[in-house]
Amino acid sequence: MEKLKSMSHATRSKLITIGMVVVAYFVMTGLMSAGAVSNSTIGLLIPICAYSCLAISLNLVVGISGELSLGHAGFMSVGAFTGVVMAQMLDGVIAADPMRLLVAMIAAAAMAALAGFLIGIPVMRLHGDYLAIVTLAFGEIIKNVLNNLWLGYDGDGLHVSMSNAAALNLEEGGKILINGPQGASGIARLSTFTAGVLLILFTLIVVMNLVDSRSGRAIMAVRDNRIAAESVGINTTRYRLMAFVVSAALAGMAGALYAMNYSSIVPKKFDFNTSILILVFVVLGGMGNIRGGIISATLLTILPEKLRFIGDFRMLIYAVVLIGVMLVSNNEAVKAVVTNLTSRFRRKGSKKPAATAVKGGGENA
Amino acid sequence: MPRTEGTYKAQRAAAEGKAPEATKGKKVREHTKMVPVPNDYIIPERDAGKVVLECRHLGIDFGGLHAVEDFNLTVGKTEIAGLIGPNGAGKTTVFNLLTKVYQPTRGTIMLDGVDTAGMSTDRVCREGIARTFQNIRLFDSLTVADNVKIGLHNQIACTMAEGIFRFPRHWISENEFQKRALELLDVFGMADNADDIAGSLPYGAQRRLEIVRALATNPKLLLLDEPAAGMNPVETEELMGNIRKIRDDFQIAILLIEHDMDLVMGICEGIAVLNFGKIIAKGTPEQIQANPQVIEAYLGKQGED
Repeated sequence: MEKLKSMSHATRSKLITIGMVVVAYFVMTGLMSAGAVSNSTIGLLIPICAYSCLAISLNLVVGISGELSLGHAGFMSVGAFTGVVMAQMLDGVIAADPMRLLVAMIAAAAMAALAGFLIGIPVMRLHGDYLAIVTLAFGEIIKNVLNNLWLGYDGDGLHVSMSNAAALNLEEGGKILINGPQGASGIARLSTFTAGVLLILFTLIVVMNLVDSRSGRAIMAVRDNRIAAESVGINTTRYRLMAFVVSAALAGMAGALYAMNYSSIVPKKFDFNTSILILVFVVLGGMGNIRGGIISATLLTILPEKLRFIGDFRMLIYAVVLIGVMLVSNNEAVKAVVTNLTSRFRRKGSKKPAATAVKGGGENA
Repeated sequence: MPRTEGTYKAQRAAAEGKAPEATKGKKVREHTKMVPVPNDYIIPERDAGKVVLECRHLGIDFGGLHAVEDFNLTVGKTEIAGLIGPNGAGKTTVFNLLTKVYQPTRGTIMLDGVDTAGMSTDRVCREGIARTFQNIRLFDSLTVADNVKIGLHNQIACTMAEGIFRFPRHWISENEFQKRALELLDVFGMADNADDIAGSLPYGAQRRLEIVRALATNPKLLLLDEPAAGMNPVETEELMGNIRKIRDDFQIAILLIEHDMDLVMGICEGIAVLNFGKIIAKGTPEQIQANPQVIEAYLGKQGED
């Protein structure tokens, strides 16, 4: 305990976030083995993990790099379909499921990073609202490309077509991997809750280590003041692009995890609404606040399911809850109470906490 | 490319022997002997043959307006130079040209013998020009130490992957960052504020931090845009001491824009006066104070009616 107190604020915050995820994992596995969790909740675990990873990765762009990106679901879908294709092609090549999932995720990350890089080059010439609109457009472009993509596999290798399934000219016994708007089906359900939690931990460590490093400081410098960052010799485009690509790669991995939880997946799933959903997680959790993003992704994934009993009013209540949380969390009186409470738990003589909370950004992961 | 010239302390030790002596007096100012250089300008005698900045026929147009026209200036390697002029004369535009915020329409800028044509702002900084801003631009949500570490960014190497996966070089470079940031802050007595959030500092400290951050980039030429703006006479006096200290300890050139004439006449060795985008006078403080064109630019024409 003493050791925990002597650590720097950033390190402590990091360990608390990781500890929170690990504890949640053991509590959930404990409850599941005791049979105390309903099937519908178990079905939500992997999506929660995937959305948490997406929230963390989008936080890198929105909170740390300070760019509003509205196309995150695009990278998720690139990762999802790459992962699915990879897993199917490796069926029989790699016997162990976790290994196959891992390789599929790495491929997903690489492909999503490539997509992020290609999109990032034109997008990073822009700033603010313009950037947001263009990322939105690219998200839709990815969705529509995948909607018109047929991918098959036979003895000759991979066949690609942008018109229809027949144009693939597959041999006898060839397999269609991606079937245009119908997406991928017959997916091997490789994702597990454990894999999901491991991916959250990986994503967390990547993002938090990045923030607390030379490159992370440069990224935050560009967010705080681009002109000043340039004036001290930082190549702003390069660092914004770095954050964007890392974020895309992580989103790709989360997409692969998400897709391999279902037996079929369609491109339409990764539309603008999904991008906004991820953005809502980030904004509700607090921009730049990684821990908050995980919590809000979890709660907002559970909420619509738990509201099923009120039928059609479900999304209405969902919206009301969102507005309620925003109002309450921005209320000065509530904030004062929270600061008061947290300061009691902090070590005596520390003068830091109030200052770090000011902008909600920066290091308070 | 990062120039690795050792730590600040090493620089200071190296500078100890040859520090100019024109800095001891507080009120009584010693006069630097100025010598002419080829393009009709003067630099301190000790810098003879050692020029850090040379602008030739520099100009920029905004639409039809010649914001800066035929701007010629030479700054010696350890000179404290001043750029003055009435509001709107184009002084900050000159700074923006030097740091490539704007690309000049005409003319060349030679930095320590290197033509900076076509370079980007960040590249020019790596080549050796650092600046502060008229309206303070700090990284407000980051700590004081982080602000300086960002200034040190190009001095210490560590790639993104090394940082993410915590390679040994990450820890080595972070130690170096921390050590040098504190050393630099210490020069201005700000080491105790290292963990404070930059945006929460008082105004004077923010101005000082901006200078420290600029110095962290290991510049050859430091541009200060109205460093004394909003300061009282006591603070200005302290600032003058600090500017001299920077020049002596770091052995760099300083070019400053300032409206406070006590400061300009007190520490600048060579002064250029800008009006309507053109240089109307150049010289030592004494020459400038006696120049009728300068007086006219500031106070208007005399005795017409």
